[in-house]
Amino acid sequence: MATIDQRPDLKLIADLITPGSRVLDIGCDDGTLLAYLVDKKEVDGRGMDLRQEGVNQCVAKGLFVIQGDADHDLAEYPDNSFDYVVLSKTLQAMYQPREVLLNLLRIGKQAIITIPNFGQWRVRLSLMRRGRMPVTKSLDKTWYNTSNIHFCTILDLFDLVEQESITVRDFVPFKADGTRLHMGRARANLLADQALFLLEK
Amino acid sequence: MQGREGHTATLFRKDPLKLDSGATLSPVNVGYETYGSLNADRSNAIIICHALTGDQYVASTHPITGKEGWWSRLVGPGKLYDTDKYFIICSNVLGSCLGTTGPWEENPATGKPWGIDFPVITIRDMVRVQAALLDHLGVETLLMAVGGSMGGMQILEWLCTFPERVHSAVILAAAARHTAQNIAFHEVGRQAVMADPNWHEGRYYDKAAKPDKGLAVARMTAHITYLSENALTEKFGRNLQSREAISFGFEADFQVESYLRHQGSTFVDRFDANSYLYITRAMDYLDIADRHGGRLSDAFKKAAHVRCCVISFSTDWLYPTSENKAVAHALNAAGVPVSFAEIDSPYGHDAFLLDVPQMDHMLTGFLSTAAKTRGLK
Repeated sequence: MATIDQRPDLKLIADLITPGSRVLDIGCDDGTLLAYLVDKKEVDGRGMDLRQEGVNQCVAKGLFVIQGDADHDLAEYPDNSFDYVVLSKTLQAMYQPREVLLNLLRIGKQAIITIPNFGQWRVRLSLMRRGRMPVTKSLDKTWYNTSNIHFCTILDLFDLVEQESITVRDFVPFKADGTRLHMGRARANLLADQALFLLEK
Repeated sequence: MQGREGHTATLFRKDPLKLDSGATLSPVNVGYETYGSLNADRSNAIIICHALTGDQYVASTHPITGKEGWWSRLVGPGKLYDTDKYFIICSNVLGSCLGTTGPWEENPATGKPWGIDFPVITIRDMVRVQAALLDHLGVETLLMAVGGSMGGMQILEWLCTFPERVHSAVILAAAARHTAQNIAFHEVGRQAVMADPNWHEGRYYDKAAKPDKGLAVARMTAHITYLSENALTEKFGRNLQSREAISFGFEADFQVESYLRHQGSTFVDRFDANSYLYITRAMDYLDIADRHGGRLSDAFKKAAHVRCCVISFSTDWLYPTSENKAVAHALNAAGVPVSFAEIDSPYGHDAFLLDVPQMDHMLTGFLSTAAKTRGLK
């Protein structure tokens, strides 16, 4: 069973969350982050996942997870019902990323989003040299069988966030192993494998 | 487990049962079964609520059919609902016909069976009777309330009406209201019963012939709704029954016809036609949101401490995923901790009664954490 130590990206998220808060984790998978938050931070945690097996794994851990789809099911949640809504490496798999983003900030006081950065230099180089859609360690599926349908770069997400007048409370670019990169958005767009955004209305 | 005569409790002797319709009943008999024993701190009781034509024989041999209990796959020593650990209660619902007060029973005012003078009941009335049975058994709070189909509707009423008595709840293949389609199928069933010349406006109890034909047709229609097109096709296809060619007549040429006729004719041996009318009516009247200004989540505001699990089945078109999901979202919106999954199964609505490993897996995880949070090992 995965633990949070094996998922540095999730640890970065967990570190931002205030103990005792209400958290909705969308795309919670097997509940690794949620279980950590509930056990160690006494969070009132809920999850949502597309896969029924994911829900089963979470239920066996005593977590509360709804099998659902952020593209369709977020509308059912009342305004401001959570302190944080987490969307970890899932935004790029949404049909309507903009609507999902707005929903996250309607339901939660803050949203924590992580994205794989399509602007990273290896991805750019791969596309330039091979002339084919990049397949890398963190983007390891080919174009026809990936669930990632809306890739973006760090700068792309900044553009969308600013266009929607959303505040970026925190921005953490990091490498695949979870190492934080201390740099601005432009350099990070070239160097970071992933990035975390803490957003607020 | 061995077949045995069921238990009966006589309740509401002093204080009559006040029904949603405004009528009262006194006394009310309840046929029930229990398995396992209540522990010292009375924390291990689980109520299992049965579906429309189910009964209290959840894990013991049925006294009429001789078949094993309807959920004996899951209830028993060492099983998912382990009777060595938990005290399992299952009672025949109000209006039914296996020991619980219903239209077949004698009306104390006339000394004759009630027939259709029996007051119309609701799902919430059934739950009120169950709560009184718990009092009778010395059970204050339930570790878990579990039910599928109409049983699941009762669990939702438990959450609205007696949330303080429930620690956790499982709702399988159910809904918080009956849709037009649900009501439509039930109406066909009721009309079939009432069109039977042996029905006699419900006063058939002293007659030799009962409205068996009508009740059998009602059961045949209902049975189709419990399955799925795929399940029927896979099981029967267009296979012929004990013949080489079609007969150019109206006998049961096809296996599916023969199967349905069998379902209908065996059902009438164990069920009362008037009970069928009353219980289907109770289900049709269910609309929990309507009692709460149209907002389902408001119904569950007082249940925010109850751990809930809602499960639907992919091929269930009677209580489809959309209805179950609406329940899960309403619970969530009310702050109730709830898990929901749609489980892939080819069996249609009946899946909750059948061997569906993914359902067992989810129920196992849910029960063990519910027990742990109640301080049980």
